[in-house]
Amino acid sequence: MGKADILKAIKKNRPEELPIPSLDFPASTGQDLKMLFQERLSAGGGEVIFAKDSLEAEELVKKQVGDYQYVAGAFEKLNTLDLSAIHDPHELELLDLAVFEGILGVAENGAIWVNEDTLVHRAAPFITQHLVLLIREDQLVDKMHEAYKRLRTQDYGHGVFIAGPSKTADIEQSLVIGAHGPKSLLVIMLPPSQD
Amino acid sequence: MSHPSEAQKFIKNENRVNWHDESLWHVREKRDKAANLFPEWEQLREKASQIKAHSLSRLDHYLEEFEKNATANGIKVHWANDAIEHNEIVYNIFREHGVKRIVKSKSMLTEECHLNPFLEKHGVEVIDSDLGERIVQLAKETPSHIVLPAIHKKRMEIDELFQKHLHTQPSNGDAIYLTAAAREHLRQKFMKADAALTGVNFAIAETGEFVVCTNEGNADMGVHLAPLHIASMGIEKMIPRYEDLGVFIRLLARSATGQQVTTYTSQFRKPREGTELHIILVDNGRTVQLGREKYRRSLHCIRCGACMNTCPVYRRSGGHSYQSVVPGPIGSILSPGIDMKKHASLPFASSLCGSCSDVCPVKIDIHQQLYAWRQDITRETNEEPSKKFSMKLAGWLFTHPNLYRKAGKFGRKALKILPRWMVYNSLNAWGKQRELPEPPKQSFQEWYQQNRQKNG
Repeated sequence: MGKADILKAIKKNRPEELPIPSLDFPASTGQDLKMLFQERLSAGGGEVIFAKDSLEAEELVKKQVGDYQYVAGAFEKLNTLDLSAIHDPHELELLDLAVFEGILGVAENGAIWVNEDTLVHRAAPFITQHLVLLIREDQLVDKMHEAYKRLRTQDYGHGVFIAGPSKTADIEQSLVIGAHGPKSLLVIMLPPSQD
Repeated sequence: MSHPSEAQKFIKNENRVNWHDESLWHVREKRDKAANLFPEWEQLREKASQIKAHSLSRLDHYLEEFEKNATANGIKVHWANDAIEHNEIVYNIFREHGVKRIVKSKSMLTEECHLNPFLEKHGVEVIDSDLGERIVQLAKETPSHIVLPAIHKKRMEIDELFQKHLHTQPSNGDAIYLTAAAREHLRQKFMKADAALTGVNFAIAETGEFVVCTNEGNADMGVHLAPLHIASMGIEKMIPRYEDLGVFIRLLARSATGQQVTTYTSQFRKPREGTELHIILVDNGRTVQLGREKYRRSLHCIRCGACMNTCPVYRRSGGHSYQSVVPGPIGSILSPGIDMKKHASLPFASSLCGSCSDVCPVKIDIHQQLYAWRQDITRETNEEPSKKFSMKLAGWLFTHPNLYRKAGKFGRKALKILPRWMVYNSLNAWGKQRELPEPPKQSFQEWYQQNRQKNG
């Protein structure tokens, strides 16, 4: 019923076919992507720290851990919670800190793409009180157009661009960090992959 | 009920009007900064407009392609002709799953369908999880802006509201304290929800996926915890290609709030293991609007709210004065398409300055459509008798040049010598809350004749 009616009404009312534009946007103009990324993510309430290798990154995360009880993610030695042993995502409620590897970063808006392959649980980067994302310089692209070109071939059930801690300005336009999700986002930027 | 009479209620409090005006203008300024950061902004708007125009011209094809691909991904696709069908589809799914409590992220479509009262009538607890929407829900109001639902509320009002409903301490309107209280309150709701509802910002035919953008992360908190996710979308949200997302994501947040991008751009392709994912494609008048050539482009709208933030009338009359789910300039061209009589005053709630069209990221000719609606409405409905009479009188005067000149001369004299009460009274809307300009000494024609003679 609904489908047939809607399709019929569209066929009757739509205009003649109009052309679809090609999307040829200029590529990067030689900007320093990692500095631009840092500037844009900071504007969105996140923090970027540069690390020289993954050992240094782990040290940085260790500092973040402080007295947090429940930690999960990329650095096994620091984990107190095994994400793959959890079946009901509601159990993630106690998560203090989660650390994930990003797949791609976008310099123009400071967003990092992650999907459930690395997250294990879709809810994890939202329900955790604090979030750390790792990204390598060679995973940065300049604009969203390039990001979607690279993601085209990815197979995912759910993926998300994250561009800061959870935030709101719904009370008289005052910006408050930590609406429902993480109260902080730290991005650790690593040098290009050596492989 | 009309826009002018509703707006009167809002403008009674001049301080509040000024505060509202300035808050929104501030958002408009942030949008300008974001749009001026790179050179291809205008090119992006043009491409976005072309993609939407193309998509609408093949909408039947793309909806079917979306259905095919989404179904292959494991998403259950439903079609609804109108609000009633939409609400019934939602409730039937709920009944099957024994759903009693749901959390909902922002969806103007479900507002349009009046889903909340429908579900509540059937005993389902509905919690709006966007902070602004939760605030207006607790206040038993409707959103006054599509991106900033509680923009009309003062912090002290929210403080009192939370004291009553969330048992907070008086905090003198401390936004950090109040947000933290809402966070705790809503976390409990997220943990207990049987289902989560979201809207849809974009749906991609090519991949059978859809995108939901938020800053708070409330949509994701809801759907990644609950065993059931239902997404509702108007059929005009369809875009053809995956790469088209690059254009729209770059435009949306910059136009809406001046951010580079929303904190979360969440893309759904398959249901989470062991859960169900449904999407409802809703017409509810959109195919009719598609058939109206003059107003077709209103279906390009991506609900960024930029036209509201820039509109001098919206900023000073408040969203509620429009008595329409989508207020402001875009609402004033969408709503008469749904119910012309009810919304007959909206296209007149504009100075036709064109600022809305200038900021629109998908290049809708909003002010042109407002003007077109005025003509259609005047033709088809009974205009206010006083306006009709004065328009007739003016029309007659304009066709009699001698009389027109005499009337002008008389008017200029009269304004100078008449006592104040005869000029500033209830018959003269132009004299309300402002002084009339000083009447000129002579008309342009008189001036021209004089100077022409002088200078040869």
